[in-house]
Amino acid sequence: MNRVRLASAESPARDAGLWNGFLAQFRRELAIARRRGSDLLNPLMFLALVVMLFPLGISPRPDLLADIAPGLLWVAALLAMLLSLDTLFRSDFADGSLEQMSLSPRPLPLLCLAKITAHWLLTGVPLALCVPLLGVMLSLPATGYLVLMLSLALGTATLSLIGAIGAALTVGLPRGGVLLSLLVLPLYIPVLIFGAGAVQAAIEGGIAGPALALSGALAAIALAAAPFAVAAALRISLNG
Amino acid sequence: MWTFWHKLGSPKWSYAICGRLQPIFWIAALLLLPIGSFWSLAISPPDYQMGDSYRIIYVHVPAAILAQSVFVAMALASAVFLIWKIKVADMAASVMAPFGAAMTLLGLFSGSLWGVPTWGTWWTWDARLTSMLIQLFLYIGVIALRGAFGGSDQGAKAVAVLTLVGVVNIPIIKYSVVWWNTLHQPATFNLTERPAMPASMWMPLLLMVLGFYCFFIALTLFRLRNELIRRESRARWVQELAG
Repeated sequence: MNRVRLASAESPARDAGLWNGFLAQFRRELAIARRRGSDLLNPLMFLALVVMLFPLGISPRPDLLADIAPGLLWVAALLAMLLSLDTLFRSDFADGSLEQMSLSPRPLPLLCLAKITAHWLLTGVPLALCVPLLGVMLSLPATGYLVLMLSLALGTATLSLIGAIGAALTVGLPRGGVLLSLLVLPLYIPVLIFGAGAVQAAIEGGIAGPALALSGALAAIALAAAPFAVAAALRISLNG
Repeated sequence: MWTFWHKLGSPKWSYAICGRLQPIFWIAALLLLPIGSFWSLAISPPDYQMGDSYRIIYVHVPAAILAQSVFVAMALASAVFLIWKIKVADMAASVMAPFGAAMTLLGLFSGSLWGVPTWGTWWTWDARLTSMLIQLFLYIGVIALRGAFGGSDQGAKAVAVLTLVGVVNIPIIKYSVVWWNTLHQPATFNLTERPAMPASMWMPLLLMVLGFYCFFIALTLFRLRNELIRRESRARWVQELAG
């Protein structure tokens, strides 16, 4: 182990080593996800079912549904992201892969970032791609679709990054599910406000740019800070 | 100078220092709170618009100020705990959390009581109310995470990380909520700009705020001593203390 660490520290192309580490971890996540194909569909099914409940529970009137559609779709996507968080680290924690990651010569925040990127690509991006279909069913006005997809693609990245902190903190607990949502949901509120705000602005004929820019700012802050918090939380969960 | 701070890391010393500081803050709180209450309830003049109902401010504002200060204090203690591994700092953070949650709840509750005579409603999705509600959930999250770990050392570190993440997020949440409200509806109530108050109104308010702070410090020292004894119950100095 020691020799490996020394070798990587002395190697001339250290940056390439970092990038390779990221790619290797990222490919591993994709391979695991491919072999457990049905897990990929679960968040999408959840989104569709939650959205279906609202016309049944409130009213099927198209004008009313069009009013609440942006916020409703955003909240449903946020909850779908939240539910997928619990599995982010759990199986790796159970089979010891996380300990191997924490012992590897690559920095743990980098490997966490690879895992989070894969999570976003496999959960957040599919949600953003599928949500227009549900928008049609809720008679979302035509001007909202592009902004809805953009804001969700951007916002789910922030949700993955922030949520990973909560998932890393609770991964050692036997039943962390409800606690995880209690920890993470308050931190999700700014993402929801700016994401749904952008769609609302686009529908009302305003400019969606400012709210999208703020979502981007949130994503940038989370991208810069969250991997380090996730790595610290994982080390606590692993070593106590 | 430094030895004083270093000694604070030792449970035995901090127990003694807390014991020495505690009476000062209890006395200050017991002086400030009754004087402030009497002054604010009986002496200061009624408001020309709100009448006597404005007197809720003398509980509402100190509670709201404390609700925010306590979280910052918890975050500082958590940072000290994570960086220097000083367990006393974690104990301080753990005894502060329920007080902060109680103050947030008191701020929300007194605010909604105040809302009935002035705004005609118990609750409105105003930016300040909403951000206080979110802060209450952050407090509850911190307390629940500690409870879930069952008081282990691992749980203490996890709570410290969560507190630091929370304190980074509080300003973001606050401003996002402010913008959210101004985006959707023009401000019906402007809570941020208070009309200039005469001295007979703000002096008792200042006393009440100081009194709340002293009460918070005194209570924290008191509970910190309990926590020190509880967690160090196997140490020799506690055994000797118990006799």
